[in-house]
Amino acid sequence: MTDKKQPSEAAIWLGLADNTFTRQKTVKFGDASAVNSGRFYSILIVCGLIALWVLSSRLGLVKEFYWPTIGSTFDRIGLLVTEGFRNVSLWEHIGISVYRVISGVVYGAIVGIPLGFAMGLSSTARGFFDPIVEFMRPIPPLALIPLIILWFGIDETAKIFLLFLASLFIMTIAARSGVSSVRISKVHAAYSLGASKMQILRHVILPNALPEIFTGLRTSMGVCWGTVVAAELVAADKGIGSMIMIAKNFLQTDTVVIGIIIIGVIGYAIEIFMRFLERWLIPWKGKG
Amino acid sequence: MTGIAIDSVSMVFTLPGGGEVHALNNVSLDIKEGELVSVLGPSGCGKTTLLNIVAGFLAPTSGEVRLNHHTVTGPGSERGMVFQQGALFEWLTVEQNVAFGPNMAGKPKAETQEKVQHLLDTVGLSDFGEKPVYQLSGGMQQRVALARCLANDPDVILMDEPLGALDALTREKMQGLVLQLWKETGKTIILITHSVEEALFLGEKLIVMAPRPGRIERVYELPFADLGMSKSPREIKAGADFVEKREEILSMIWEMEEEIMGQATG
Repeated sequence: MTDKKQPSEAAIWLGLADNTFTRQKTVKFGDASAVNSGRFYSILIVCGLIALWVLSSRLGLVKEFYWPTIGSTFDRIGLLVTEGFRNVSLWEHIGISVYRVISGVVYGAIVGIPLGFAMGLSSTARGFFDPIVEFMRPIPPLALIPLIILWFGIDETAKIFLLFLASLFIMTIAARSGVSSVRISKVHAAYSLGASKMQILRHVILPNALPEIFTGLRTSMGVCWGTVVAAELVAADKGIGSMIMIAKNFLQTDTVVIGIIIIGVIGYAIEIFMRFLERWLIPWKGKG
Repeated sequence: MTGIAIDSVSMVFTLPGGGEVHALNNVSLDIKEGELVSVLGPSGCGKTTLLNIVAGFLAPTSGEVRLNHHTVTGPGSERGMVFQQGALFEWLTVEQNVAFGPNMAGKPKAETQEKVQHLLDTVGLSDFGEKPVYQLSGGMQQRVALARCLANDPDVILMDEPLGALDALTREKMQGLVLQLWKETGKTIILITHSVEEALFLGEKLIVMAPRPGRIERVYELPFADLGMSKSPREIKAGADFVEKREEILSMIWEMEEEIMGQATG
């Protein structure tokens, strides 16, 4: 039997040829491990979209009102970076949004984690808080904005309180489920090794719940980032969401598009950062 | 007498929907200090329930368990446990797992460190102290579980199918380790197992339990555990005496299983 021609490294990297592992398989349809990255097509679609944008800008196919030209977008980015937007620098707009998210998540965790632990460990605490948590859980944070404006006005407290609520229930539920997921043989082993209740809480239940608490933190970060932008659209004079809203009022479509791109990039960066933290801090996740 | 006295213990579980399960019915058993007792029986015979009562995780419906004349009312560090698997703390390293008991008791660090190193040597894991436990194979994890239990220097070791999840070869090797640790430390050991061969090979005394209600069917006094240190395990397990006992007990358990099936269908 003659050897088949080996595909090049480049073709494998681009996902155009089977690698040595998938080449051995006789059936590939239905086998998820035989589906490769298809990088070639990813590159194709990104380049294609950029090319389309360049082309439409050159030929003036779309009115600037609907979609900015590539040239004016880059000009605007330069302007935003050097002069800011409405007397506030771009970094300040981004910074204030990120600051609000982190504050909300931190406050939510500080209250939510002990609350979730109490609910997972005590019948009294579970009975007491369960109706509130289960009632609040399905309510989208945005629906609370009108009430929060009535209570706190539109200053910084209002926004951080909204984000606190958004993360509070996620963190509570994550901590509660982390506590309930502890395997009884681990708890029994700790008792047989002479541990007290407090030691079991500190040395068994807490570390056991950390992976789920961290998943809760990641989800909260994502939800709060979405919520902060939306909240700023409604009522704020700083922040990336308010920048988009004000720019819309001045028909600055390019600023709107840039704002959207920034929101996407930062949301993605938060997710990557949290995954990195998770791998670093909780390497035992899923290994129990 | 020192040792464990299981005195007319009955356990009735009340089911959430009403109805009762008689897991144990009037079980009595005396275990002398330093004895290795293996407990065998078909599923549902209450052997794990019995172990959990001795460990202090369950309170019997009637009767009591005494350890050195003291009635057992809850778990305690004088009764160490080794579980089937998944009872190690995966957020700790091998050393930290073994040191868990002494650390909880606030023993001096240097003393604990020395003890841990000695125990890791004994179970053949001296090079693995720094590793996280999830990087170890199943057999190595059970070695850690044994060392963790011994680090507390308990009077009694309760083993709930400690080798049940291991492959046949690793299991055989681990049986040798259990035997060796028992001889070296002189601990009283209760070993729950599904394997007739393991129960025969390790137990000085073998308790065969029967289900519905859970009770002791027969008690064997066995010579094999004492031979285990001088002869090779394969030689013992292939001996005529061993094979005869194995077949006898196997057919006894088979009959019990058949009976359960009969009750279920009939």
